[in-house]
Amino acid sequence: MTNGWIDIKNTDMMLIMGGNPAENHPCGFKWAMEAKRNRNAKLISVDPRFTRTSATADLFVQIRAGTDIAFLGGLIRYAIENNRIAKEYLVNYTNAAFIVKEGFKLPEDGLYSGFNAASSSYDKSTWNYEEGGDFSGKTDAAATSVHAAPAPPASAAAGKANHQPTPTPPPALPPNVAYDLTLQHPRCVFQLMKQQYSRYTPEAVERITGIPKDQYLKAVDLFTSVRKDGDMKKVATIIYAVGWTQHTFGTQIIRTAAMIQLLLGNVGRAGGGVNALRGHSNIQGATDMAGLYDSLPGYLKGPVPDDADLATYLKRTTPTASKPSPWNSMNYYSNTPKFVVSLLKSMYGDAATKENGFAFDYLPKPGQDCSWTHIWDDMYNEKIKGMLAFGMNGVMIGPDTNKNINALKKADWLVVGEIYEDETSEFWRAPGITAEEQKNIKTTVYRLPCAGFAEKDGSMTNSARWVTWKYAAVPPPGQARLDQDIIAQIFLRVRDLYKKDGGKFPDPILNLNWAYADAEHPPLSQVAMELNGRALADLKDDATGQVIKAGQQLPGFAWLKDDGTTICGNWIYSGMWTEAGSQIQRRGTEDPSGMGVFPNWAWSWPANRRVLYNRASCNPAGKPWDPDRKQIWWNEAAGKWVGNDVPDFKPDSNPKDHMGPFIMNPEGIGRLFAPIGVLADGPFPEHYEPIESPIKNPFHPDQSNNPLVKKFKTPFDKFGSPEEYSIVCTTYRLTEQYHYWTKNNPMNVQLIPEPFVEIPVELADEKGIRGTDKIKVISARGTYIAKAFVTRRLKPMMIDGKKVYQIGLPIHQGFRGIGEDEGRNARTPANLLTPAVTDPNAHTPESKGFLVKVEKA
Amino acid sequence: MSQASTEIVRISGHAGVVPGAGLNREFQVCKLVDTTTCIGCKACEVACLEWNGYTFSETTFDNSYQTMPETAWNYWNLIKFNEHERADGTMMLLMRKDQCMHCADPGCLAACPADAAIVQYANGIVDFQEANCIGCGYCMTGCPFNIPKFDPPSRKVFKCTLCNDRVSVGLEPACIKACPTGCLHFGTKSEMKELAETRAEQLRTNSGFQDAGVYDPAGVGGTHVIYVLHDAKNPELYGGLPKDPRIPWSVRMWKGPLKWIGNFGIIFGVVGVFIHYLRFGPKVVKEDEQESHGGSQ
Repeated sequence: MTNGWIDIKNTDMMLIMGGNPAENHPCGFKWAMEAKRNRNAKLISVDPRFTRTSATADLFVQIRAGTDIAFLGGLIRYAIENNRIAKEYLVNYTNAAFIVKEGFKLPEDGLYSGFNAASSSYDKSTWNYEEGGDFSGKTDAAATSVHAAPAPPASAAAGKANHQPTPTPPPALPPNVAYDLTLQHPRCVFQLMKQQYSRYTPEAVERITGIPKDQYLKAVDLFTSVRKDGDMKKVATIIYAVGWTQHTFGTQIIRTAAMIQLLLGNVGRAGGGVNALRGHSNIQGATDMAGLYDSLPGYLKGPVPDDADLATYLKRTTPTASKPSPWNSMNYYSNTPKFVVSLLKSMYGDAATKENGFAFDYLPKPGQDCSWTHIWDDMYNEKIKGMLAFGMNGVMIGPDTNKNINALKKADWLVVGEIYEDETSEFWRAPGITAEEQKNIKTTVYRLPCAGFAEKDGSMTNSARWVTWKYAAVPPPGQARLDQDIIAQIFLRVRDLYKKDGGKFPDPILNLNWAYADAEHPPLSQVAMELNGRALADLKDDATGQVIKAGQQLPGFAWLKDDGTTICGNWIYSGMWTEAGSQIQRRGTEDPSGMGVFPNWAWSWPANRRVLYNRASCNPAGKPWDPDRKQIWWNEAAGKWVGNDVPDFKPDSNPKDHMGPFIMNPEGIGRLFAPIGVLADGPFPEHYEPIESPIKNPFHPDQSNNPLVKKFKTPFDKFGSPEEYSIVCTTYRLTEQYHYWTKNNPMNVQLIPEPFVEIPVELADEKGIRGTDKIKVISARGTYIAKAFVTRRLKPMMIDGKKVYQIGLPIHQGFRGIGEDEGRNARTPANLLTPAVTDPNAHTPESKGFLVKVEKA
Repeated sequence: MSQASTEIVRISGHAGVVPGAGLNREFQVCKLVDTTTCIGCKACEVACLEWNGYTFSETTFDNSYQTMPETAWNYWNLIKFNEHERADGTMMLLMRKDQCMHCADPGCLAACPADAAIVQYANGIVDFQEANCIGCGYCMTGCPFNIPKFDPPSRKVFKCTLCNDRVSVGLEPACIKACPTGCLHFGTKSEMKELAETRAEQLRTNSGFQDAGVYDPAGVGGTHVIYVLHDAKNPELYGGLPKDPRIPWSVRMWKGPLKWIGNFGIIFGVVGVFIHYLRFGPKVVKEDEQESHGGSQ
């Protein structure tokens, strides 16, 4: 989240879309109810189903799964058309005024300029700003059309087959950007954005999403009402979860929301922002620590084979400022070398020296897509021989469960670290596998009993970026071990084998820093201190005279160096465990501003800033847009920014210097247009249909889908036609169950005893299905069998003139659990149905919005 | 709690002094359930089970998120789910926490013939004392909310206690503590009534629910569990919440006039027989009557 959970209580308007927090985040949802009760805040719920969140909404709008960009793009158009925008914010804090290069082409035909059909990738050189100066008031006579022929594609390297396009260093952003503060230049971002979404009329939105025009206008009118007549006092927030991420264009859906919030001036404001509700207790911690193959801790870019050495890598990944020349940009990622070197020092200790590029060569440099669906595809194709699966149930997660099961059949070995026998550790007993076939499965499965969540302590980072500490309630039972002990013990034995037997390149393993008090049981407090960082030599801040002695914990990331004198396992966590002790274990309940900041409760990254980009909560002169919700403000006398939150900004930057609030972007501004180096599939989001869709894309039927999405080629990667599979299906979670393991807990099973499928009354009548009848939901990949839940909360929709039904099913039941073991359900995991196609930026599978048919069982 | 306690103001089936009768407690407790902010998460259902030490039951899916059709002897608190389409076509999913209403004039207590099987405390809580329960089931007839539930093996009836054991030591009921959205509130009746009315007014003014209101039915003397409803004119939409609940006519007759008619009937019957005996003496059977009652001649 850019903001936080408690901060939601400060809002005036909530758009909850692609998310169902009442059911999946009931405790956090309290704050949405507080906003309603105490501020008369309005809640708009947009969802394929009327959920328990919708039950509390002021306005519910049913939408076809996978058409969110159409909805949001239409909202942008409506806001611009009705002048419900934050003009001053827009001009000064976003790239609305930046002029885009000639040759850039909008995707009226579904493709941006620079598309290379052979490699299914883009040459993004035209997705860039123009070099120049102040064009305010002038129009570019030479190129008034934005449909100029696309620049000839740069030589795309051959040979990297079906994985990542070659990462040649992209053309850089120009240091001196051309701009037009009147926003009139035909190639300024604002005009391009306006043109891009001019196609997203209410009629087009109705055709695509199925939302009747008058209903749609009601929703966009309500949401944008916070900026009616240019009023800046009110704030709106956008709240979402995996209803947005689980699509082949998920990243772009979220981008559209970010653009709306910038257009309306809601980013950086209390009760505003773009707020992702994370789906697991510590998934925020996992992504912060780079549980993704293409990043390093702290969201640093992962190295690739073309990064021949540290210098090359740093050159590629360290941005230089790019802005209108009179403006200022802090460009905080210009400190990337300090973050990277400090990370390398923490990993490789004394083996990382200036001479050897701080052991940069030790880091793996994946030359292909190693994301989730590729792992299973590679395992099926016998390129991956074994897997360590810790606290995750790959068989149940899918997508395309049958593919994952068949991949495991081919693996040599599987290690499952879990607290009970889950479907992955029992994959060979999946329904449909005969005793004969079981005999032929050669995979060796090791089951390691692990500690459950109440049996281990450690850090947890919530959606609001608050890093906290939790304590074990009971010790792990029997022979169960803590996760860090298991990992440590495997590592130490592997290291010993390399010491004894040698290997191709054992250096990264032999030289990995493992200086914990107890190597086989690393204390997590020591790990946390390592993540915070400490000085390896005496450090002095020349400006303040402050000295940090060698061996001391660092106060924060401002102290990180690129010369090897600091270590830091994760720069965004620097500050969480200082010389003053563990900041994440603090439990101070004071909230002096009353805005839910709680500065002394736990510690939020970065630097305990609770609302990101909070400089944008003030106008260019440094005064809060809303005096009743003051966050930070410029204090002229003191010469610095002060207030109720830590400024997410250079503390002494005078507003006169026009430093941009978005300090993590090289431009210093929030991006309406995402230039080269940011996204794979376009600087503006464009509506694409889900890979399995009932219709062709009305905007460009010949390019219905995201052009960068690739399909795998195993026998399990099948796709269905809308003629045979005419029903749109979505998947979701319930309050009463948590993913795939609470089906082992009597309490949860009592509340939701059996799997079901929510189907519209009209569909049930058509097929002669009554509530609780057993039915089959069938996709091109598999069959899910459960009882029908006939409901009025899912209505049929008219999609591009066609009557389309949507159904939904919860994911919680599988083939192992209390009900499953008693034979009380059909033992079919929901992800038997889903397709293994993913978003090209985040690689999240399209688990929502695929096609099925329904039959009586 | 001992029956001699002055905290008890009413006792079922009791002949004799009620120690706390007439006691006018300044503060009565009240649980406020705001159905407009309930998210149907069932934390309250689980908290109730866990506090009262009941194990989990086997349930079946019945075309609803609702855990089971009605409360049970070992499941005192149940969210009822009802889909409802308003006149303008907008959808609602009504979620109402169903449990004992702790009526000021409890029908269960009125109907119960067993001495002190049901007591009412000065703070408004109506509690079953199972040790004294004879398992007749009359309380189930007396309750207009269909709350008390019978357990055949033990032959006792059970219901929500408003966490009397927690309230009596200054804690809030378990359901209140567990509710994540703050839709459940606990306090004095007057405080909760005021909170409820304020919320209802807010709904009428700001949320477009013109018929929003507070459910505190006078027919049972008011209740110590009150609801804020989006549509107070149609409480039946909320899983059959009765519109105008009263102690059933049959119970009121049975425990009221019929009892006295019965009593008088017995007394006058005995008196009448005695007077008749005094006046007419014992029945004498005459010989000729006996003969004439024999066979025909």
